[in-house]
Amino acid sequence: MPLPSYALGAMEASVYAPEVFARGLPSVLQPAQLSEGDAGAAGSTANATAPLLSLQGIALSFGGVVALADIDLSVRSGEIRAIIGPNGAGKSSLINVISGVYRPDRGQVRLAGVGYTQVPTQRLAHLGVARTFQNLALFKGLSVLDNVASGLAYKVRSNFAGQVLGIGRSRGERRDALSRSAQILEFLDLAAVRDRLAGTLPYGLQKRVELARALVAEPRLLLLDEPMAGMTASEKSEMADFVRAARDRFATTVVLIEHDVGVVMGLSDRIAVLDYGRKIADGTPEEVRNDQRVIDAYLGIASDNEALSCDEGRAGI
Amino acid sequence: MAAIAADFSAPVLPKWIAPVLLLAFAYGVVPLIGSSYLFEAILLPFLALGLAGVGLNILTGYAGQVSLGSAAFMAAGAFAAYNFNLRVEGLPLIGSIVLAGIVAASIGIVFGLPSLRLKGFYLAVSTLAAQFFVQWALTKFSWFSNNSASGVIDAPRLSIGGFALDGAVGRYLFALTIVSILTFLAYRLVSSQTGRNFIAIRDNETAARIIGIPVLKTKLLAFAISSFIIGVAGVIWAFAYLRTVEPDGFDLDRSFQILFIIIIGGLASIGGAFFGAALIVVFPLALSRLGGFLLGDVFDSGVLDMSQRIVLGALIILFLILEPDGLVALWDRVRRRLLFAWQST
Repeated sequence: MPLPSYALGAMEASVYAPEVFARGLPSVLQPAQLSEGDAGAAGSTANATAPLLSLQGIALSFGGVVALADIDLSVRSGEIRAIIGPNGAGKSSLINVISGVYRPDRGQVRLAGVGYTQVPTQRLAHLGVARTFQNLALFKGLSVLDNVASGLAYKVRSNFAGQVLGIGRSRGERRDALSRSAQILEFLDLAAVRDRLAGTLPYGLQKRVELARALVAEPRLLLLDEPMAGMTASEKSEMADFVRAARDRFATTVVLIEHDVGVVMGLSDRIAVLDYGRKIADGTPEEVRNDQRVIDAYLGIASDNEALSCDEGRAGI
Repeated sequence: MAAIAADFSAPVLPKWIAPVLLLAFAYGVVPLIGSSYLFEAILLPFLALGLAGVGLNILTGYAGQVSLGSAAFMAAGAFAAYNFNLRVEGLPLIGSIVLAGIVAASIGIVFGLPSLRLKGFYLAVSTLAAQFFVQWALTKFSWFSNNSASGVIDAPRLSIGGFALDGAVGRYLFALTIVSILTFLAYRLVSSQTGRNFIAIRDNETAARIIGIPVLKTKLLAFAISSFIIGVAGVIWAFAYLRTVEPDGFDLDRSFQILFIIIIGGLASIGGAFFGAALIVVFPLALSRLGGFLLGDVFDSGVLDMSQRIVLGALIILFLILEPDGLVALWDRVRRRLLFAWQST
């Protein structure tokens, strides 16, 4: 695999958040410091420029349920920015607001200096934004190669008549799309499954194909909605390596939602923590890790409940 | 990972061999050996319904938009071709047919507009509007049928470049040519970028929108192309097969019949439409022969009609459960077995 694997040690130890905090973070996550060093350097060069993406006072509610309340967030060019939080904290809602799937009740999304009340979903690819979905959103009836090539569909200018007759720019477009998709498949180590139907692949590979489909357009901003959900520890570390390599190779800015705090700590430059739709912390992994409110949000302040449910669980077994 | 990739050995023959051989047989051998019964009762309806199935499969199988209005588009095509032929002086038959397809496509776009907001079952119900509206309009306004008292009109004689195609064989060759050309173009379409966009919208509309596929435009395009093909199928049905044009032949039953064709034949498959059409056309004939042979006089047309519906209904249920990918998947499996057996000897 042509990927840096320096942070692999840290990734192997990825575990659920509460245990990480309970066991004492530093010892588990120490090896990840190397990658944090990298990130610091990237961050400082980007500091001077305006943020690529910034959210200002985003609020969103469904009926009476507040999903997001007054969220501010800025993402610098070239960084890997993680958004974490317990279940129902509003992480996916936030990604859906950024990609225009939801329209926020209040607030503004600024993308490369242009403000939007609702980001135009249909123009997202043209704006240089690509995303993946929490639940697999591949086109099951297309081959892996065609799924990835569909990531370039927004560029297609030929019409259906030209494509049917094989005239005009349609041939060149297809050739170009196929060669770029093949490169991405090579890059993400998917070349061996390129002709299989996407729906027949194992889960972990499907997640990776989705990443490939997003990457093939070489977006400026890549939104990843739980790219490692449901993966085994080794798959997670592999995926983390791919995300980092993609950032390095395409100079893509990454916004990443993830459940697994261990993976996030090693991978991201800066982390924002959501809880009940509010941002409770924002900073480097080191700062977030030591933030009392983050620890409370993950472990629960009244630890009686936790202990109780643990006991019940044991009694059940 | 290499093990995953190497699942099936590729067939030894190139893909185009089978269709080319089939066409050579259909053009070179069938006209010589076929009886008039074969053309009139089997091959002509088979070709018309097969083409209609190809049209519906583009919309429903590939683009995922369920439609119950196929017969309406067939009727629109048939009546439009009749009227162009009647009212436009000196327009060649092919011109009437192309224009009829365009009329059907326009009606398809209008009744495809609800698909921009409706999905699945609700869309299917809204396409019923096309079915009822078109049939009503054709019955209500006698201008469409040239003020004929019965509403049933004779189709014009088929001729291309002064060459009359009146006999059963001539009409068969006429239908075969149109069906072959449109089927080939449909095949090219579904394997083009537009066809892949159809599949993308069918499989995940949100993701398709996010990656920048023009969803609204693509859906309407699917309606337009599908209705064009179904409209031309309607022309073949009326001009070459029945040789009369009447609204009653294009009722809701016909729409369902075409839907059954693609379900039984195989959704999202061009060849599947023809497998399905063959079954739908041959099956009632076979059933009536079999029934007459086994039960004699008891098996009259009433019993035939009833048993036909029962067996067809049972077949559809069986297919949905046992082989959701249709006859074409079944055929693929058989062919692969045969190839494998042939290679290993």
